[in-house]
Amino acid sequence: MDALHEFDVIRPKTVAEMLAARKAHPASRLIGGGTDILVNIRRGIEKPPVLIETNEVSELRTIAADANEIVVGASVKLAELAQHAAVKARYPAIAEAADSIAGPTHRNMGTVGGNICLDTRCIFYNQSEWWRGANAHCLKTVGQMCHVAPKSKGVCFATFSGDLAPAFLLYGGEIDLAGPDGARTVALRDFYIGYSKQDGSTGDGRNYMAIKPGEIVLRVRARNVPGLVSAYDKIRIRKSIEYPVAGVAAAVKRAGATLADLRVAFTGTNPRAVLLDGTAALCGKPFSDATLAALDDLCRDQLMSMKTTFTPGTYRRRVATVMAKRLVRRLWDTAA
Amino acid sequence: MAKRILSFTLNGKRHDGVVPDNMLLLDYLRERLMMTGTKTGCDGGECGLCTVLVDGTPKLSCLTLACSVEGKTVETIESLERDGRLAAIQEGFHLKLGSQCGYCTPGYIMAAEGLLRRNADPSIDEIRAALGSNICRCTGYVKIIEAVQYASVRLRGLKAAA
Repeated sequence: MDALHEFDVIRPKTVAEMLAARKAHPASRLIGGGTDILVNIRRGIEKPPVLIETNEVSELRTIAADANEIVVGASVKLAELAQHAAVKARYPAIAEAADSIAGPTHRNMGTVGGNICLDTRCIFYNQSEWWRGANAHCLKTVGQMCHVAPKSKGVCFATFSGDLAPAFLLYGGEIDLAGPDGARTVALRDFYIGYSKQDGSTGDGRNYMAIKPGEIVLRVRARNVPGLVSAYDKIRIRKSIEYPVAGVAAAVKRAGATLADLRVAFTGTNPRAVLLDGTAALCGKPFSDATLAALDDLCRDQLMSMKTTFTPGTYRRRVATVMAKRLVRRLWDTAA
Repeated sequence: MAKRILSFTLNGKRHDGVVPDNMLLLDYLRERLMMTGTKTGCDGGECGLCTVLVDGTPKLSCLTLACSVEGKTVETIESLERDGRLAAIQEGFHLKLGSQCGYCTPGYIMAAEGLLRRNADPSIDEIRAALGSNICRCTGYVKIIEAVQYASVRLRGLKAAA
């Protein structure tokens, strides 16, 4: 990898100082654990003149998880979220997702905010400057063409690979943002705007977050639903470390033989985290093989994995679908 | 480019130095302090060779800015041996042949040390999970797990004897 370019580091202690630093340096980037951005910097993908380190901002390092709501600060370490007793007990999909991110040492470094805003990934993008230059670069940096989909007409297909997003989506996740125009809260569903056939969004793999210039993520929150049981599963090339080939979070609520609620969300398949549309139509009926067949159809329609990693897109879509069906079946069987 | 005075505890002693903002902890340890026990591997967080303990927690020094350890406690592989005697985990890697070419060993030892401090009696699965960020192309991992088990038994024996 290449040496680091010259930059200054600012280490604020409060959110106010953070916002002031962001305002004073519009081209700055935030750094938490550094496990995503420092790698990109070393690959010459980004050259921010200023890095604002978020680890010392103590007000963003708290976790609150009760029976009604979970609120997690952006600077909380992934290992802290994964090991939090109340999160494990009440929001298992969130704890399992956090525990599945990269490897244990990365989880000691990486932050919740960093995983929520994780840069989208692609085999043509996460490469050295030399490699990308030899390939005439790509849309996500300074190139003119998406090598994954050469006829994409300016749409970048880099894949969103954060594991926390699908888990929070199950519980109606929201993000607290602060910026020059004040604070606002955005539904996680609306936060990820990566191109999708379903919603006609204007975003893509390059422009994948609905975040305004100068804004920072303060917290991510979600609400509990009584009786909902959830879990997270993922497949990756190296099981102990690595970004997901595909990840799935599922939640089921069972009322006797009737499926009362079903929510399924994915990562690693589209340029954004996908909360599956249409699962409500499968609820209110007895759970059966037909439910899983219908789930299969929804996945086939809404997952659009491309060849952005070593495995073919078709494989990733199939494996994501199989994982979803297995997970839903398991949750149904274990939900009393 | 900004430089700053950096003060932290390194292997039990207070250390003061001057670092540029864009310097990594790994480069600071190896190039400035000539403490070459910590190895450089992939340089991108994929191999775990550069693992050090920051405030007792394993971290990758190749993805840590040196300026971010201000006021913290950093421990490297050089801190483990005491008066010419190997630490239990080093002894385990030596006696159980947990090390072949040896290049990944400092990273494994620091990750294992971090585990043993928080869990004195880890199961095989807990050892595997805790060493998940590290990679070894020689041993096939069985001997590394045995080395950690040896250290765990030895440390608990020492504790009981004390």
